[in-house]
Amino acid sequence: MDANIKPGAAAPVQDLNTFTDTRDYLAKSSRHAKKHGYADWLIVDCDAHHTETVHWAEVVEHISDPVIRDQARMYQSERIGAPPYGLNGDLGLRYQDVGGRIPHQSSMREPVEDKSVHRDVTLSRRAMEGLAVDYMVVFPTPMLFIGMHPQVEMEIQLCNAYNRWLTQKVMPGDDRIKSLVVLPFNSPREAMNTVDEFKDVPGVIGFTVTSTRYKPVHSNEYMPLYAKIQETGKPIAFHAGYHWQDPSLATVNSFLGMHSLGFTWCNIVHMTNWILNGIPERFPGLNSLWIESGLAWIPFVMQRLDDQYLMRQSEAPLLKKMPSDYMRESCFYSCQPMEKSSDVGLKATLEMIKAETQLLFASDWPHFDFDSPRVIYDIPHLSEQQKKKILGLNAAKLFGLPQTPRAKRAA
Amino acid sequence: MEVVLQTIRVGNVDDFEDPGKLIVSVDDEEYGIFCLGGEFFAWKNECPHQGGPVCQGRFFRQVVEVIAEDKTSHGRDYEQDGDARARTNIVCPWHGMEFDIRTGQFPGNAAMALQGATVQVQGGEVFVVV
Repeated sequence: MDANIKPGAAAPVQDLNTFTDTRDYLAKSSRHAKKHGYADWLIVDCDAHHTETVHWAEVVEHISDPVIRDQARMYQSERIGAPPYGLNGDLGLRYQDVGGRIPHQSSMREPVEDKSVHRDVTLSRRAMEGLAVDYMVVFPTPMLFIGMHPQVEMEIQLCNAYNRWLTQKVMPGDDRIKSLVVLPFNSPREAMNTVDEFKDVPGVIGFTVTSTRYKPVHSNEYMPLYAKIQETGKPIAFHAGYHWQDPSLATVNSFLGMHSLGFTWCNIVHMTNWILNGIPERFPGLNSLWIESGLAWIPFVMQRLDDQYLMRQSEAPLLKKMPSDYMRESCFYSCQPMEKSSDVGLKATLEMIKAETQLLFASDWPHFDFDSPRVIYDIPHLSEQQKKKILGLNAAKLFGLPQTPRAKRAA
Repeated sequence: MEVVLQTIRVGNVDDFEDPGKLIVSVDDEEYGIFCLGGEFFAWKNECPHQGGPVCQGRFFRQVVEVIAEDKTSHGRDYEQDGDARARTNIVCPWHGMEFDIRTGQFPGNAAMALQGATVQVQGGEVFVVV
């Protein structure tokens, strides 16, 4: 052989598929973080996911209603070819993986040897290692549709069963896993009971409204709930979702189009009602966090509401300043999926939303449009301190987490 | 700064399926060596979208929309089905961005492309110059 020719070394992982270890899947992310030095920063992922329906037989064991629980047990043990018991949703309209192009979205079938903790603990640990994350807030996935459930009672039963399963069976396995527990928001009274049940549970750092629903967030029946959440000092989060049955999206024929609009539309509507009805004025100590709608919608809503407010102030008499002022002062935002195609647009957006104090990093792992911390680190016009705030310090302040990094432990 | 290129022996031509690929590590970088239609191509294993491991993804044929002369749509199909020159893409497993294996270009915007490397085939062996 020519002395100048070197033998090549085949990479240890040739293909990434549904059986690939999460750490291998995210190896480029962890390498980038180490190479550029931000692996040692405090990084808080305020929105990651697991697929709770994989463990639905475990979840339904935590249903409090004995009849519903028994029916769920029988369904889960005997019925085949059917979706999870009691759960509404979009059945097979789940095209997120683009026909197998994005395997990690389809399933995570990687081997897990450690039986001392729940499988989802190991998967979360591996994701934290791959993303160089210190704390990971874990959300459900199919249950993001729970607000469209035709049975209010079933939303109550399933939300609380999930919350109990998560806090009792999963989160005790690793104190880096956190939860903004899911509220049965269609029943304000029961949502208050959920707050009472979970507000002091270790690892519960706030409360979530799954945004895909048609309940007006400014309805008087929610004021006691907001007062109760404000008392806890923890934030209320609005986690977006899509909803292809929404009549406003009836003409959209691609998942691309529906997902682009749907994941913003629910939060656009809720934010509009939240601000114009003066919820930040009524509950000045209540922080709201708006999750998984990206960022581009925020300047749009800010400018639209400001424009109309100047002409119709009498319709929003609780406001003492511009709608956009409330949106940048009392509202927090998760970055993902951060729109990155325009440097000019992104720069203006970050300035308009006061990203240095209001923006939180979110990965959305393992979903198809996940972001690694690199999306923040690579923004050229942010200072190192601004990046540190967005990647972790802002979340630590909002959630009351330690401001110092944790050791990135191996799974 | 002088760039010193190095030649790396990847393997034998017969080692490759068609279409097929092999990911090789060179120092701190990885390259995907692809075999398609008897030709070889090499691309850096880094997606221009978010730095993902693009070469470790799956192959998919290029999708096209069938438009009739009257401009009506007749659904989607694969490009020139059965034609050996129909585009086959490598799809980044992180987010699904697709790239023509022959050109490295993203089909939706030719300005977005993979970073290439030179492939040499000599004596039944495949080399990449990086």
